Amino acid sequence: MQFIQQFINGVHVGSIYALIALGYTMVYGIVKLINFAHGEIMMLGAYVGFFAIGLWGLPFPLALLVAMVFSALLGVVIERIAYKPLRNAPRISALITAIGMSLLLQNIALVLFGPDPQKMPAVISKEAIHLGSIQISYLTIVTLVLAVGFMILLELFIKRTKTGKAMRAVSQDKAASTLMGIDVNRIISVTFAIGSALGALGGVLYAVAYPQVEPYMGIMPGLKAFVAAVLGGIGSIPGAMIGGFILGIMESLTKGYISSQWSDAVVFGVLILVLLIKPSGLLGKNTREKV
Amino acid sequence: MLQVRDLHVYYDKIHAIKGVDFDVKPGEIVSLIGANGAGKTTILHTISGILKPTEGFVKFQGENISSVPAHRIVYMGMAHVPEGRRIFAQMTVLENLQMGAFTRKDTVQIRRDMEKIFTRFPRLKERMSQLAGTLSGGEQQMLAMGRALMSNPTLILLDEPSMGLAPILVDQIFSIIEDIKAMGTTVLLVEQNATRALSIADRAYVLETGKVVMAGDAKELLANTDIKSAYLGG
Repeated sequence: MQFIQQFINGVHVGSIYALIALGYTMVYGIVKLINFAHGEIMMLGAYVGFFAIGLWGLPFPLALLVAMVFSALLGVVIERIAYKPLRNAPRISALITAIGMSLLLQNIALVLFGPDPQKMPAVISKEAIHLGSIQISYLTIVTLVLAVGFMILLELFIKRTKTGKAMRAVSQDKAASTLMGIDVNRIISVTFAIGSALGALGGVLYAVAYPQVEPYMGIMPGLKAFVAAVLGGIGSIPGAMIGGFILGIMESLTKGYISSQWSDAVVFGVLILVLLIKPSGLLGKNTREKV
Repeated sequence: MLQVRDLHVYYDKIHAIKGVDFDVKPGEIVSLIGANGAGKTTILHTISGILKPTEGFVKFQGENISSVPAHRIVYMGMAHVPEGRRIFAQMTVLENLQMGAFTRKDTVQIRRDMEKIFTRFPRLKERMSQLAGTLSGGEQQMLAMGRALMSNPTLILLDEPSMGLAPILVDQIFSIIEDIKAMGTTVLLVEQNATRALSIADRAYVLETGKVVMAGDAKELLANTDIKSAYLGG
């Protein structure tokens, strides 16, 4: 019974990691950049959700929407001012810029909101469904429904729509995509917007679960989501989803059976193992250089 | 249809194209021939807007397109089949063709044009839902050409369409190029296989290290002894 309970908790946190991991993997797939500012985009999205609920009194779905739109715009602006000028620069330059952007956003949050954690109002009932000795909270259900729902939407968008197909084309060959009449810059903006919006969704759900917001809240879930993306195969969208769930479940089982202090060590140990055994991740493509 | 005047293109400091002039008239097949490194591919990239000229201009249907972004030029009716085919390997054959029609909104006509492509390239129809990366080299070249035709272009640029293909497939590719002309699309063809290119072209320009060194009627160039010794292996 304890196993099932821990498993459910893992699925809950794993769905949040998966949402955040999607932003890393989509951006990597299209511009080959690890956007280290993604955790901070998620954190600022969580703050906007916090203000929308606590200050402006918006209902939860509307607050989510506001947070997602805010982060989408933030992601697009960051790409335009910080990453786009470096698109043809050595990759390490863009990576350093992303780390710089991450610290900048953290410090902006620190100045604007102060260092102290603020309590997220309980927007979702604390009640739980009891199935024998197993409890499933409404929050877990809401989180899972939202996360899986948006993943299905994303999958449909990428497989079925013209813009979604163009995103896949651009991620494979930018020059050939341009020759199809695709505006590569617009597609990159759309990718940052979607990835950042999903990050904000993850951020608000994370803030509701723990239940607080603080300027450094993006770091650990951001890193873990990055591990999830690498575990699933960076650049692979289903990989990020699966990686997120696996990571969440592993973390939760470690907390339940070994010790909470070990959970982060296990998570990052997994990263090292994956990189040693299968560097391209579970669903990653073999990196073959094309002629 | 296409006017290129005093075109100069640099790669960083390397002066790759040194003042090239040529024209393509509606309904023609014009071929650019020349050895490796003569600048043929660079010229095509400059026409389709991927590279920008430092001097001179490219006019397409009377409009100067030298500073128009590459993706907008496709909307004006120009398609470019790049060297090495550059199909989207992780997408299906059908999706590749749909990407070819990216600039268009006329769904009904798009479907009709796709049927036409499938009639001309039955192999593509058989492999419609297969990933393009699993196709053979010849099939990939046909897909690349079919994809470009899906934009319903008035001018198509073909960069080394016969490269790396078995002789029987080369025959097919050249017969397809003649079909494209017959359907009313103007062709600018870059080829290493100069004999074959000249045999289907109306006119041709011979390039050497970034300059046009000879121009004229394709049949006359084919008969020219200098050309023969320099490019046709005779």
